[in-house]
Amino acid sequence: MTARTLYDKIWDDHVVHQADDGTCLLYIDRHLVHEVTSPQAFEGLRMTGRSVRAPGKTIAVPDHNVPTTLDRANAATMTEDSRIQVEALDKNAKDFGIHYYPVSDVRQGIVHIVGPEQGWTLPGMTVVCGDSHTATHGAFGALAHGIGTSEVEHVLATQTLIQRKGKNMKVEITGSLRPGVTAKDITLSVIGETGTAGGTGYVIEYCGQAIRELSMEGRMTVCNMAIEGGARAGLIAPDEKTFAYCMGRPHAPKGAAWEAAVAYWKTLFSDADAQWDKVITLKGEDIAPVVTWGTSPEDVLPITGTVPSPSDFTGGKVEAVQRSLDYMGLTPGQKLSDIVIDTVFIGSCTNGRIEDLRAAAAILKGKKKKDGIRAMVVPGSGLVRAQAEEEGLAQIFIDAGFEWRLAGCSMCLAMNPDQLAPGERCAATSNRNFEGRQGRGGRTHLLSPAMAAAAALTGHLTDVRELMTETA
Amino acid sequence: MEKFTTLTGIAAPMPLVNIDTDMIIPKQFLKTIKRSGLGVNLFDEMRYTQDGAEIPGFVLNQPAYRKAEVLIAGDNFGCGSSREHAPWALLDFGIRAVISTSFADIFYNNCFKNGILPIVMPKDVVDVLMADAQKGANARITVDLESQIVTTSDGQSFAFEVDAFRKHCLMNGLDDIGLTMEKAAAIDSFEGKASALRPWA
Repeated sequence: MTARTLYDKIWDDHVVHQADDGTCLLYIDRHLVHEVTSPQAFEGLRMTGRSVRAPGKTIAVPDHNVPTTLDRANAATMTEDSRIQVEALDKNAKDFGIHYYPVSDVRQGIVHIVGPEQGWTLPGMTVVCGDSHTATHGAFGALAHGIGTSEVEHVLATQTLIQRKGKNMKVEITGSLRPGVTAKDITLSVIGETGTAGGTGYVIEYCGQAIRELSMEGRMTVCNMAIEGGARAGLIAPDEKTFAYCMGRPHAPKGAAWEAAVAYWKTLFSDADAQWDKVITLKGEDIAPVVTWGTSPEDVLPITGTVPSPSDFTGGKVEAVQRSLDYMGLTPGQKLSDIVIDTVFIGSCTNGRIEDLRAAAAILKGKKKKDGIRAMVVPGSGLVRAQAEEEGLAQIFIDAGFEWRLAGCSMCLAMNPDQLAPGERCAATSNRNFEGRQGRGGRTHLLSPAMAAAAALTGHLTDVRELMTETA
Repeated sequence: MEKFTTLTGIAAPMPLVNIDTDMIIPKQFLKTIKRSGLGVNLFDEMRYTQDGAEIPGFVLNQPAYRKAEVLIAGDNFGCGSSREHAPWALLDFGIRAVISTSFADIFYNNCFKNGILPIVMPKDVVDVLMADAQKGANARITVDLESQIVTTSDGQSFAFEVDAFRKHCLMNGLDDIGLTMEKAAAIDSFEGKASALRPWA
């Protein structure tokens, strides 16, 4: 058999039908659903008298709209339209008999955190969700990508997706990361290299020593932002770390089924002589803690850098950079570490897992945030929150002056009350720095949890390595 | 879904690169459980001030482009969030075709599900179409899906590529769920085989 990539292998194992023009019907193993992109799809099923074909493979959780304040059990904390969306999901889950984690359930959280945590996401699967950050699940060696609402309806009705195969891109991170550099810095640096459209039409497989050395949670952070580079999905070949993470999770196989699963999962890697349509290589040692300065995730630089000038760019990017700098209120030549912030947001499907909270807490321990800064931690799920409380991390955040919130998407996209005011500047561990993303006129700088914690202490964007030297 | 066959209409120029779906329809308008009514909020934060007044300089607020049916856009149009509210808002405004050098994958897919034709053209062609669109309301562009040709107001024609299956669905206004359900036997058979090979899935 010809050499195949990991993507080729998963794809081949899920093709239900291939038309003469190459259009395929791909079987979907797991369909994750949230309240914002699904109501029209369920309504479509009702209007056509269709049912959910595989309710046992369909998992729903409200996350985008839900308040993260401690009083959220009180319906008055939600706006009328948000409440209607969450109630619609409650009803749709019940009517169509799908797995559901309601707001009141301790397992509720961001859909991309809940899926892996509950063992729904497993290697070799196809996973979809009406959300672009579905790429997260690729960390398990699952082919996972975001879809639109019409496709949500298509998957609900048929458990398949109409797809054409993408191209294969290899992103290799050689060597090891230096201290203070994290998975977030890898994924942002890759986007800085490829641009936000560099991955369009591709599925990226991340590999190399620095990727192998990441924990499962770090790998999820890397794959999560594959879409910010334009890639349909990001993948990492499963290994012993993957199996160890999955073992014992509520919906992972057990006993003989586990053994059979692991035997299959061990076949999921790219063959040595597999063909790649594009290859990008970065040295792990060269990656620095990075921050974004503009309004596209590709606008990324090491924290030691300075704000660029539109004249540093060419083509359509010249105008875009000028617009970004105007929006962000920045001047070319300004040191990135001089940028003063108002708000710190730690959370999201990119960086809302327990290791992210540990990394931030390690910087904050025994210290206080800068006066006047608003700082919040929004755990990615109720279980992450519980674990952080058990480990004493919650107390570190509270002592440092952070708000300690309930789980949800929160200020990553600001659909709930957690928003920036116009002109407010935020150091955010989330994934998008688009205009208005965190609130109209809000200014977002993307960075890692440790870097966000460092910014909270100093009140400006800060090289976390300086604080690490201090404590060492 | 409304059919798309041929369209002659006003094209609005939006040369900005990386126009993301948060720009096309900001999140506060995603709290709807319907597909319709989003056109008024298309490009909301670029189009209106915070108190709701129109920003005169924004292209779709200019008299020439208020009835635009085509957008000519900068690279990587529709990047970011998967929200199908973006094509719903475009459609509700009256946009039936978008032409750019490149589109983000999810947005590109979503367009075809809603009767919108996204057309990829090389940079030099997009430059010609952009310049044509900048002439204003009298410069009407024609998009002919059947022959796969875009024609400018002064008669320059450019061919474009489109996937055969998607073209078929768009030209006939087909619901692809219905088409897939005709393959139910193949799905049944796949499930039977897969559950033997990968019972844990």
